[in-house]
Amino acid sequence: MNHGKVSGRMAAAMFGTVALGGCITVNAPEEPIVIELNVNIRQEVIYRLAEDAGNTIEDNADIF
Amino acid sequence: MGRNMNSVTKTVLAIAAAATAIGGLATPAFAQRDPAYAAARSAGQVGERMDGYLGIVVAETPALRRIVNDINIKRRAVYSERAKATNATIEEYAFTAGCQAILATVSGEKYQAPDGSWQTRGASAPLRDPRCP
Repeated sequence: MNHGKVSGRMAAAMFGTVALGGCITVNAPEEPIVIELNVNIRQEVIYRLAEDAGNTIEDNADIF
Repeated sequence: MGRNMNSVTKTVLAIAAAATAIGGLATPAFAQRDPAYAAARSAGQVGERMDGYLGIVVAETPALRRIVNDINIKRRAVYSERAKATNATIEEYAFTAGCQAILATVSGEKYQAPDGSWQTRGASAPLRDPRCP
């Protein structure tokens, strides 16, 4: 019984907080957002490909 | 017996030498960089990105964009082919090639550091992703 009252008061308090907050301001960061797309490339894969990639660069010297 | 072996060895060597000579003739001299690309590269207008592609370092111009797009389209085709052959993704293969391409830059050329900034290659080793071999 008491429990219901407490919950009600808490809800009111929370609503009050949100209401007082009014609008939420979001500032754009000054630094450009860099999305790191390479994080899921594993080191073991890179090590496996290293020799082949080295040869590819040598064999295609005109575009590297 | 010793004589026989000797002649066999000689024959094998002769075949090997002939094969090397033919191979040498069949392999074209390594293609050179296009003069415009070579000039932009040594002038530090373009640099090696971390992801295995070429990037524009200075203010973009249509001429630089043309050079960079041309190289990157060709690189992507090569990466795609080798990625398939090595059972990797294009991104994985390209990133690995990027590690190597940054390592291969010479003094004065530009490359992208792990923090994304453009760096000028000096005498010391380039700043590379910790996963690079």
